[in-house]
Amino acid sequence: MSLEFSPEAKQKIAALRQRYPSSQPVVLAALHLAQKEHGDLRDDVLRMVAEHLDLPYAHVYGVATFYTMFRRTPGGVNTLRVCTNVSCMLRGAYGVLRAFEEQLGLKVGQSSAEFTLVEEECIAACANAPAVLCGTEYFLDVTPDQVAGIIAELKKNPRPEGEVA
Amino acid sequence: MPADMSTKLVTRNFGNVKMREIATYEAAGGYRIARAALGRPPADLIAEVKASNLRGRGGAGFPTGVKWGFIPKDATDVHLVCNADEAEPGTCKDRELIYWDPHLLIEGMIISAHALRAVHNYIYIRGEMMREYLVLERAVREAYERGYLGDSAMGTGRPCHITVHRGAGAYICGEETALLNSLEGKRGWPRIKPPFPAIKGLFGNPTVVNNVETLMNVPFIVDKGGAWFAELGVGRSGGTRIVCVSGHVERPGVYELPMTITFRQLIDEVCGGVWKGRKVRGVIPGGSSMPPLDASELDVPVEFDALMTDERIKPVETAPGVPFDMGGGRQLRSMAGSGGIVVFDDQTDVVELTWRIMKFYAHESCGQCTPCREGTGWLEKICRRVAQGKGMPGDVELMSSIAVGIAGNTICALGDAAAWPMLGFLTKFRADFEAKVNRAQYGQVHANSQVALAASAEARARQASEAEGVA
Repeated sequence: MSLEFSPEAKQKIAALRQRYPSSQPVVLAALHLAQKEHGDLRDDVLRMVAEHLDLPYAHVYGVATFYTMFRRTPGGVNTLRVCTNVSCMLRGAYGVLRAFEEQLGLKVGQSSAEFTLVEEECIAACANAPAVLCGTEYFLDVTPDQVAGIIAELKKNPRPEGEVA
Repeated sequence: MPADMSTKLVTRNFGNVKMREIATYEAAGGYRIARAALGRPPADLIAEVKASNLRGRGGAGFPTGVKWGFIPKDATDVHLVCNADEAEPGTCKDRELIYWDPHLLIEGMIISAHALRAVHNYIYIRGEMMREYLVLERAVREAYERGYLGDSAMGTGRPCHITVHRGAGAYICGEETALLNSLEGKRGWPRIKPPFPAIKGLFGNPTVVNNVETLMNVPFIVDKGGAWFAELGVGRSGGTRIVCVSGHVERPGVYELPMTITFRQLIDEVCGGVWKGRKVRGVIPGGSSMPPLDASELDVPVEFDALMTDERIKPVETAPGVPFDMGGGRQLRSMAGSGGIVVFDDQTDVVELTWRIMKFYAHESCGQCTPCREGTGWLEKICRRVAQGKGMPGDVELMSSIAVGIAGNTICALGDAAAWPMLGFLTKFRADFEAKVNRAQYGQVHANSQVALAASAEARARQASEAEGVA
C-alpha cells in the first residue's frame, strides 16, 4: 500500500504552495512533515513526497540526503544535539558528549527508542557553552553532572523535532 | 554623536518577554516607522541607507545601501530575502534577535521591501532553530492579521508578503546563493557568480539577501536619518556592533557596543577578564572562518576596516616571512566577520582548537569544488594527527600548501573560510604545531586531550556501527 500524508499535512503543503511560483520550493517543508509522520525518510516515504509534489524521485532523494536534519533510518523520540564546536569545546563539550554516551548507552549517531544522539555543529548558543539542543528546548552552560537530569527531564517531557514541522 | 556603552538599538528589547507580542511592540511605538516610511519614495530610503554606512552583519561587511543599489531600476518581481541561517561557529546573535524582537525584523523587512519594490519576500531560518521558528511564525501571522503584511500592506494598496522558510541542517546555506538554491527546493549548492543575485537571484529574479541584524537596523536608520546612524559608528562603518563573546572569559554574552571598542577592552572591561585568572592566548575575531589574533594584537577595535587593515595585526603568511597573497598583492590580516568572538586562554591546546575548526569545514563542505571537498578533508586528517601527537615531519608545510591550494580556487567562500584560519593559526601559533610534530618524533603523546576524547568516541561509534552492520 502506498503511503500518504495526513489531511493536516496536505493542508499545510497546499497553503505553503501558494507562497511560491512552483511546488519545488515546498520540498524541504514537505520532507520535514514526512519525517514527522513516518518517522524517517526511507525510499517509499521519499516516493510519496515526490508524487505529492509532482517532482522527480531523484530530485527529492538528492535534497533529502543533503541536509543533516533528515534521516533515512528510524531515530528516537528525542534528538539530542550536543554541540562540540569551538566555543563549546573550549568549555568542556566533549566531556558532556561522553556523559551522554555513557548514560544513554549510545554512541554518537546511534538511536534508542527514546533518544538519538547527535554530535552537532554550532547551534548559535555560544555565549552559554556547552549547549545542547533538543527540539525547541535549549540546555545551556551544561556540565557533565547535569546530563542525568537532562535525560530524566526529556523522558518525562519529550521534545520531538516533528512538533515544529 | 558616536555610540557609547549605553547605546542600544537592536538589542534594546532583550530580556522583555512581552515584546514578541504585537500589542506590546505597537504600544512601544512599533510599526510607526514603517507606516511613515511607506509614504516615502523608495529612492529616498535607499539614499538614507547609503548615507548610514550600514554594513552587512552576516560576515562580509558589504555596504547595504550599495547592495540595494545593484537592483536594476526597471526591475519587476524583486525579492528581499532575510538570511537567518546563522551557523558560523562562535556566532549567536541572530537567534537571540529573532527570539526577543521578531517584530523589529518584520518592520525592517516591510521598510526594506518598499525601498526595493519587493513583493514576495522570505526569511530563510536555520532548521535547527525550532524555538525561534515558532516565534517568527507567530509574529508574521500577527502582522498579517493587522494588515501590515498582505495584498495591501498597511493600507497602501501595494502588496508585501513574508514567508518563513525552514532549512534542514547545512552550514553552507548561509552562503547567499546556496541559500537561494535551498529556498528553491534544491540542494544547498552555491552558484557561480556572475550573475549576482541582484540581477538573477531567487526564481531568476533580482534579489537582495540581507542578514537579520542588518535588516533590524533599517527602522532606526529611516527614523533618525542615515547621517545619525553613520555618526554612531566610525569611518566607513555606521551604527553599533553586536559581538557574541564566547570561550574563556568570565562573562560570555551577546553585547551591543560601540564600533571603536578594542578586543582588550571587550575582554577586560565588558566580559570580566579571562576566566580562572588566566591570561589570554588569542582571539578568533569574527567567527571561526577568520584568521585569529594573538595576545599582542588585541588593541585593535572590533570595527570592519580596522581588522582588515590595521598594521598592528601581522599579515597571514604561507611560510615564515612569506605573506599570503589574496590577489593583486593584497595582504590578509583578519576580518570582523559575523561578530563571533572566541577567546582562548594560555592553557589552550591551539593545535586541537585548529583541528576542531577544520573538522567543521570538512563536515560542511558541500562537495561541489574539488579543492574544498578534498582539501578540507585532508586538513582535518593531518591536523588531527598532529594534535594527537602523531604528526610527521613536513606536516606543518603540508597543511599550509593544502590551504593555499584551496584559497581562491572555489565557487564560494567556504574554501577560504577553511584555508584562512588554517594559515592564520599556522602564522600566529606556528611553534605550537612544530613542537607537537617534533615531540611526536620522540614518542611523547598527550593522552588527555579533547581530540583523544573525540577520537575515541568516534572510534567506539565506528566499532558499534560495524558490529550492527550499519556502514
